[in-house]
Amino acid sequence: MPYTLKVNGKTTTVDVPGEMPLLWVLRDVLDLKGAKFGCGMARCGACTVHVGGTATRSCITPVSNVDNATITTIEGLSATGTHPLQRAWEELDVAQCGYCQPGQIMTAAALLAKKAKPTDAEIDNAMDGNICRCTTYVRIRQAVRKAATSAAATAMPVGKGNNEAAV
Amino acid sequence: MTLTLDRREFVHVTALAGGGLLLGSYFDPARAAIDELGEPRTDWMPNNFIRFSPNGSITIIAKNPEIGQGVKTSFPMIVAEELDVDWKSVTVEMAMADNSKYGGQNVGGSSGTPGNYDNLRKTGATARQLFVTAAAQTWNVPEAECSTASGVVSHKTSGRKLKYAELLTKAATLPAPDPASIKLKDPKDFKLLGTRVTNVDAPAIVRGKPLFGIDVTLPGMLYAVFAKSPVFGGKVVSADLDSVKAMPGVKHAFVVEGMAPGMSAGLNPGVAIVADTWWAAKTARDNLQVTWDEGNTAGQSSMEYAQQAAALSKQPPTMPLRKDGDVDAALASAAKTIEGAYTYPFLAHAPLEPMNCTASFRDGKLEMWAPSQGPQGGGALAARALGIQPTDVTVHITRAGGGFGRRAFNDFMVEAAWIAKVVGGPVKLLWTREDDIQHDYYRPGGFHFLKGGVDAAGKIVAWKNHFVSFGENGRFASQADLSPTEFPSRFIPNFTSEASLMPLRVPTGYLRAPGSNALAFVMQSFIDELAHAAGKEPLQFKLDLLATPQITAAAATPPPGGRGGSGGAYDAKRMTGVLELVRDKSGWGKRQLPAGTGMGVAFHYSHRGFFAEVVEVSVDAAKALKVNKIWIAGDIGSQIVNLSAAEGQAQGAALDGLAQALGQEITIDKGRVMQSNFNNFALLRLKQSPPEVEVHFLRTDNPPTGLGEPALPPMIPALCNAIFAASGTRVRSLPLSKQGFKVT
Repeated sequence: MPYTLKVNGKTTTVDVPGEMPLLWVLRDVLDLKGAKFGCGMARCGACTVHVGGTATRSCITPVSNVDNATITTIEGLSATGTHPLQRAWEELDVAQCGYCQPGQIMTAAALLAKKAKPTDAEIDNAMDGNICRCTTYVRIRQAVRKAATSAAATAMPVGKGNNEAAV
Repeated sequence: MTLTLDRREFVHVTALAGGGLLLGSYFDPARAAIDELGEPRTDWMPNNFIRFSPNGSITIIAKNPEIGQGVKTSFPMIVAEELDVDWKSVTVEMAMADNSKYGGQNVGGSSGTPGNYDNLRKTGATARQLFVTAAAQTWNVPEAECSTASGVVSHKTSGRKLKYAELLTKAATLPAPDPASIKLKDPKDFKLLGTRVTNVDAPAIVRGKPLFGIDVTLPGMLYAVFAKSPVFGGKVVSADLDSVKAMPGVKHAFVVEGMAPGMSAGLNPGVAIVADTWWAAKTARDNLQVTWDEGNTAGQSSMEYAQQAAALSKQPPTMPLRKDGDVDAALASAAKTIEGAYTYPFLAHAPLEPMNCTASFRDGKLEMWAPSQGPQGGGALAARALGIQPTDVTVHITRAGGGFGRRAFNDFMVEAAWIAKVVGGPVKLLWTREDDIQHDYYRPGGFHFLKGGVDAAGKIVAWKNHFVSFGENGRFASQADLSPTEFPSRFIPNFTSEASLMPLRVPTGYLRAPGSNALAFVMQSFIDELAHAAGKEPLQFKLDLLATPQITAAAATPPPGGRGGSGGAYDAKRMTGVLELVRDKSGWGKRQLPAGTGMGVAFHYSHRGFFAEVVEVSVDAAKALKVNKIWIAGDIGSQIVNLSAAEGQAQGAALDGLAQALGQEITIDKGRVMQSNFNNFALLRLKQSPPEVEVHFLRTDNPPTGLGEPALPPMIPALCNAIFAASGTRVRSLPLSKQGFKVT
């Protein structure tokens, strides 16, 4: 049955079973490969996207639950791929295999959108649901702090799905 | 050997040693690149690793699969250093699987750097030499008066300069230089190696661009799942394919009989379901009814292994491994003796990207896209299973979302190939996480029954190990063995190591730092126990142990590769160096620690790397455990290739050890794995990771070696020794979560 999704600022209609998780709609129907499949039960966070600005595990979110919702994926986080978190991740060379990192960045982006200068404890609490199997946690913490302290972080709206350029 | 030559290739094969690269393979420059006007017409490749375009752009081919260990960046860095070009001018391109062009492309054993460093340097230097020759001939000056920097050849006395791009035409007409004449840089002059370079795929990773095997999409592609017997070695008796085929989106459903089930060189039996989306295939599989013939594995369980091991420990061992002196006499006369029964569980790999492969079979030819640690072997395996020639198989190497040894086994590739052949079109096979955890090649568990004795001076005089492991007919199961040279053998005058075996029907294989990831925990913990029994300060006790004359001091160099080596002497000097370094960096014995806080130390040699690590932990009365900080000191030779990646690998390997120790365990019941996903097989989370993991490299005059593995093994005993220092509780069984410790 048809569902209307506003993904990265672009409105699209998909005709899929209502119980199909958003992750697979994004990956296999809309060809957005940034959100990853890791566990299928919201235990690793590799599939994290923003739904209405909230970090959401797309692997357990039926598409019927997000009909008409505003969705932002890593591909739409910023028009030019230069969100302070993306820059910090590159500058600190966070990724090893890199598979979990889009999910890490999306979780961090939702945090910074809510709280521009989070405490270390707030960073730990927000990021604890995202597994990095390569255990790059030392640099993940550093990168979130680095992005949070850059002035641009506060000026950059995220998770609003208002970015037309990136789809 | 036979080589298939492109029509414009002319290959001089001058060297092919030990799976190394074909350094002597050059394209015929004249025919490759020059048109009738003498201008570069096409890309020019002075060898298989470097490509210059007529517009001057430089592409370096990355030879080995990237699984997070950093070789897609570090290998091209080595070439670029000797080619003498700016890193920012280089584009990196992933190689295809092709032994004739690249030699071996396996990833494992931290073998990438030691196996390729010299050859990649020569590859870059050879191309650089062609530009020097071209410039010298152009200017009619001696080559010795010419130098290079940043992709430019300069003539010292005249000040003339020519960019490599301006020399392409001339260079492409030159004969390949004699490899023996190639001069390498003095490492003192390195500009790129040893610096911090961000991994080349970082821009694509942080923007969610398709990179990984799971991201591959082909026109008309279908999606597959493959249901295998939950009991290892089980076969399909019957499956209700008709009801599955009636489900939405399902295009095909069929039984795969398999071949050599359970073997890494086989194809496991199962039921394939192919649909127009992966979700449809997976949903159909959730409703699939299969009757399995569970075979003779169904009687095995972890509980039974433990009971059998306890019984075997009371029997005489059946396999002698090593005997020095008279251990029983030494134990009888020792000032103090202790005993310890150590155990560790089976472990899964669980790389975050589940196993997957995209395959297309058309007109008798197979094309695959695979995140594999052995793409050449995967292609060969698929060819055998399908009954086609290896030359009819093409394998594209994708970035892999972690490997840790799991992707050295290509079961997912042969499954995808088989399904694609039946379907007759492109198919992406993707496993669920449950498939991954329940169909792995596991790190085997093991049981060590140890006795040790110290003399009145506090020196270890006796060490006796009865190792109860897995195997049959006098052969250990894969990665369930114990080397006669495993430390502390050679350092203790009365030393006996013996084994007994239990039959195992569960597939086992390499997990990051195979063997070492378990054995270091046992050996380095029991050495710590002996230090405390002797009333000695543990770190100094370990330095003193390393200073003991060795029993077989035949060679000064450490044995190559492996887990502590297969013979010769242990390089106690290099290990002493890192142990002293980590002592100094961690402030060992110099800092006042609060009650309930302690530091532990351990060292281990594996995969050519020497590592010593210190861990500081706090343990409260309720056994809540907090890892405060980790210090790592490593000796991997004279040269770090990419400092950023090197520190990351050392941190990642150590924290991987932490993850194993804290909460990881695979248990077998009725021949099947009881764990299924991250809710019951725990990966490390951010809060469990200490905020600081200090990494220090000790540069020694030794060839550069690899980093994927050797920082892992010392972490686990260093952690357990720290727990003892903090709490007085000696950990002899893993994981810690099963010993009542809570880690938040």
